[in-house]
Amino acid sequence: MDAILLQTLNGLDKGSAYAMIALGLTLIFGTLGVVNFAHGALFMIGAFCAVTMQRLFSISFETLDPTQTDFLGNPLKVKTPYVESWFGPEMGASIIDWSVPLAIVFSIPIMLFVGYAMERGLIKHFYKRPHADQILVTFGLAIVMQELIKHYYGANPIPTSAPDAFKGSFDFGTMLGFDPNVIIYPYWRLVYFAFSAIVIGAVFAFLRFTTFGMVVRAGMADRETVGLLGINIDKRFTIMFGIAAAVAGLAGVMYAPINSPNYHMGMDFLVLSFVVVVVGGMGSLPGAVLAGFMLGILESFASMNWIKDIIPGIDQIIIYLVAILILLTRPRGLMGRKGVMED
Amino acid sequence: MLGLDKKDMKFLLIVTFLTLATPILLQPFPEGSGLAQFNAGYPDLMQRFAIFGIFAIGFNILFGLTGYLSFGHAAFLGVGSYSAVWMFKLLSMNVLPGLVLAVIMSGLFALVIGYVSLRRSGIYFSILTLAFAQMSYNLAYSVLTPITNGETGLQVTLNDPRILGQQVSASGNVPGTHFFGIEMGAAQKIAIGSWEFTFSAGYYFCAIIAIIAFYLSLRIFRSPFGLMLRAIKSNQQRLNYTGLNARPYTLAAFVISGMYAGLAGGLLASMDPLAGAERMQWTASGEVVLMTILGGVGTMMGPVLGAGVIKYMENIFSKINDQVLHQWFGWLPDSLESIVIWAAEHFVGSGWHMTSGVLFMIVVIFLPGGLVEGGQRIKSYFKNRRGGDSDDPEHHPKQAPHVAE
Amino acid sequence: MSNSNFTRRGLLKTSAVAGAGVALPTIFTASSAAAYTNEPTGGTVTLGFNVPQTGPYADEGADELRAYQLAVEHLNGEGDGGMLNTFSSKALQGNGILGKKVEYVTGDTQTKSDAARASAKSMIEKDGAVMITGGSSSGVAIAVQGLCQEAGVIFMAGLTHSNDTTGKDKKANGFRHFFNAYMSGAALAPVLAARYGSDRKAYHLTADYTWGWTQEASIKAATEALGWETVNAVKTPLSATDFSSYITPVLQTDADVLVLNHYGGNMVNSLTNAVQFGLREKQVNGRNFEIVVPLFSRLMARGAGENIKGILGSTNWHWSLTDAGSAAFVKSFGTKYGFPPSQAAHTVYCQTLLYADACERAGTHNPCGVGEALEGFEFDGLGNGKTIYRADDHQCFKDVLVVKGKDNPTSEFDLLEVVEITPAEQVTYDPNHPMFAGGNLGQCNAG
Repeated sequence: MDAILLQTLNGLDKGSAYAMIALGLTLIFGTLGVVNFAHGALFMIGAFCAVTMQRLFSISFETLDPTQTDFLGNPLKVKTPYVESWFGPEMGASIIDWSVPLAIVFSIPIMLFVGYAMERGLIKHFYKRPHADQILVTFGLAIVMQELIKHYYGANPIPTSAPDAFKGSFDFGTMLGFDPNVIIYPYWRLVYFAFSAIVIGAVFAFLRFTTFGMVVRAGMADRETVGLLGINIDKRFTIMFGIAAAVAGLAGVMYAPINSPNYHMGMDFLVLSFVVVVVGGMGSLPGAVLAGFMLGILESFASMNWIKDIIPGIDQIIIYLVAILILLTRPRGLMGRKGVMED
Repeated sequence: MLGLDKKDMKFLLIVTFLTLATPILLQPFPEGSGLAQFNAGYPDLMQRFAIFGIFAIGFNILFGLTGYLSFGHAAFLGVGSYSAVWMFKLLSMNVLPGLVLAVIMSGLFALVIGYVSLRRSGIYFSILTLAFAQMSYNLAYSVLTPITNGETGLQVTLNDPRILGQQVSASGNVPGTHFFGIEMGAAQKIAIGSWEFTFSAGYYFCAIIAIIAFYLSLRIFRSPFGLMLRAIKSNQQRLNYTGLNARPYTLAAFVISGMYAGLAGGLLASMDPLAGAERMQWTASGEVVLMTILGGVGTMMGPVLGAGVIKYMENIFSKINDQVLHQWFGWLPDSLESIVIWAAEHFVGSGWHMTSGVLFMIVVIFLPGGLVEGGQRIKSYFKNRRGGDSDDPEHHPKQAPHVAE
Repeated sequence: MSNSNFTRRGLLKTSAVAGAGVALPTIFTASSAAAYTNEPTGGTVTLGFNVPQTGPYADEGADELRAYQLAVEHLNGEGDGGMLNTFSSKALQGNGILGKKVEYVTGDTQTKSDAARASAKSMIEKDGAVMITGGSSSGVAIAVQGLCQEAGVIFMAGLTHSNDTTGKDKKANGFRHFFNAYMSGAALAPVLAARYGSDRKAYHLTADYTWGWTQEASIKAATEALGWETVNAVKTPLSATDFSSYITPVLQTDADVLVLNHYGGNMVNSLTNAVQFGLREKQVNGRNFEIVVPLFSRLMARGAGENIKGILGSTNWHWSLTDAGSAAFVKSFGTKYGFPPSQAAHTVYCQTLLYADACERAGTHNPCGVGEALEGFEFDGLGNGKTIYRADDHQCFKDVLVVKGKDNPTSEFDLLEVVEITPAEQVTYDPNHPMFAGGNLGQCNAG
């Protein structure tokens, strides 16, 4: 019982990352009809926004400490971040400590801009082109973004820690009457889950309750008619692309403390998020979110020891296996619409 | 002749000539010159050109003709390689049984995967094939290690039975792969002036198979079967209304292209008896998609060209290190040299991925029909300048537009 | 022939070309038959440095390349000579190898056995490399080692830790300086037992591929021999990025030690996740819960940040060693690049020197001669103390470092501290030890 509870929590956590990336992908599919292979790279750039924020805050000046020596036997250079000298050591340290949450603020405009620039500069010219061409150009773009990050940040993961206030774990077990320290969950992961719920909720509310969202939804359903009504749907779609990029970026920023970001994390998530989107059903936003959480939870359950004992290696293939089963029983995924991306 | 019309025959002869002359054509720069870095006429890379050419030709039969975009073709490549290496381990180092088993096994795999996946179309089909291939890769890397030797890759060893062939060579090593006595590793180096050309038995073996594969695919493109596949691409629904069931045709195309992939995998193992699980990873499946699109979907030459370009970058650009850059740009003034080298470093050596990314973007933005279209444009440019009328659109058929974009 | 466009004129042309083709060989200067693959004939000798330049291990590959370049400088008599001055063998003169200037080519393994072999082949076939070295994973090393055996060149393995490299997949042309999983276990287990007690219950998380399995088996055997109990050993997919679903079940067992048989990105993530789930603060039966990472890499450990503090593991070499060899190497590397070398850099530097030295002593570049010179070679002064290249399996036997994540690092490089140097005798095993059985060196191959 406690094992199942814990794995459900794990699954919700994984699922929220999948769901956020898949949501953005679906938005782009649905609104623009573009297969965006660079979406994983947007997630990665988001995570590197957090890394950059931490680096910016930690820009330091060096002082020589003659009492200690470095690896060559020279006096040790002690680095002191400027923020610590400006705001005092304590205030400075806590600013650096909070760099990941602060990066959220800083990443939203950046990601909106990246999304906007990508759509206007590149994707725009590919609406009428075959999906194969879209795949090639966005894949090329993803490689370029990835290589730039690798060139300047290196290939190894970069530790990006959550604020001290969120270190440690929350003990669910004691609330439910279990022994202490059996069902515990790290605070930051709970924050991540809550954050993704808020972001996903905000996107849905935006599409549901604003005129802008209404037009976009109408455009997703029937682009031509909306255009005929004299509404400039293209401009709105551009903004939607920016929003989709921002959602992927935010998912990345908040993910940085969970696993140290590296330049290829986007590609690691890309294939899985495609599977998630397709399982959810092309063009369906709720489908993408549902599939994200569902696959996350199933993946967690499959890694339980007694299941692995029955079917060795099941955790390696569970997502793909479930995808195949769902696509064979439900032709258009969980909630897909007829005729979208079926040719 | 050979069931081809005059134009196709001419085309086939040109391709044959180019293929056979590859060891000379790819070695344009004299040894020892600064540009020798760009020579690609060494056996391993030439073999890869031919083998990945076969892979891409096969992929194009499915994707170019029917429009079904498989994202899991690397699985068949891997199955082919594993089958071939197992033959080398159990039977003999003769490549023939290995290749035969590779084609049969990959055909069977393709039949099963195709039968299931072709129940869906569009992106749903792509994800189904991707899922099958990823499952094969993940399992081959871990649980199936007794069959695949996992991370290390399946290799031939001294302890293998090889019941029909030599177990250990005269020098006490694992014998090399051969085709009825013709060693695949044999090569003749011939120097003319400061040029040096390598004629390798392995390459010519691959090349001849590649030409045959090319010829078969040409026949398929021109056959009624090929026409039917094109009909599926342009409008499957209309085809259904005429009372034709499209699925057997697409399944046949899927199996054929799977067998091509298996043949390529078997050849890879024949040239270098090792089968690694990475051959089945989604990036490998993605690579053949990129090769085909880069060269030109649905054209005869495009996929081969795309395969060549990608393999060339992978093997040549990755080897340009800063020592080489310093040699090239050493004549520049110091400050300028460091700027040029700083810029160049993004694109060569450890940055070769960047070059491929940029190339993908440039080609797809400026040459929507792939590299083949680039060639056509140059050709028509010269034709127009000479005022000649252009003929021969047949050999590079324009890509049929996707329906309902 | 209905479709043919052969004409008499065309045929004449063709036969003229063919005739010229037949006549051509007389003006060819056929290349002379070499005694062995890529025998260097000019004034230079080419080495092939095959390292990961793309993919997750690119930073380690970059560090290896730096060390190779440094080694080449030193061999050619440039720079300060580094470990040439401390090396016990004095055969090297600083005038290249056997008087030939050392040149090198580089390639990208992409950490894939396929790509690594393609890259090594191009070095052998195109650039005439007489020795291939490098690699940062066991799969790649074993694959390239097999290729070098077939092609008839020497392979000096870089970073490869699996028992198989010099066990069931050992080859006559392949040599490994780096230590292996068995040695990690043998060195680590006594320290673990001394620090944590001999009645611990261990839970293993193991990367689900060959290297992970050999390490798990080695650590299990070594710790169980000292009284530990293995509660469970769970395989994790290589592609996993989040290990939470593998770590939470640990909470529900009575295990009090977690062993992470992971490397690279897997290690960084599993360790980070384990710390996030509060395992470091956990108490089991009144004792602190402990985490062990048997194979430490400083470059990678940086990715785990603060989480590595106090965690025990083993490593082949660390720059903080103070013997003359290590100091000389750190000095010349640090002066050139501005930061201390990693263990990967150290092992490949040593391998290059050892190869060059063996050539000098053998008086030839012939792989069979070089191999003979390396077999049973005893040396010192390369940073690991007295070392022997065992003839039975081409594995180096030397001291192994047990290290701990440093509590108060003074710089970004100062992450590990050496807690014990386990003497070579303690990690030496019989060549026919079951974990290494089933292999066959075969005959050396000179091509």
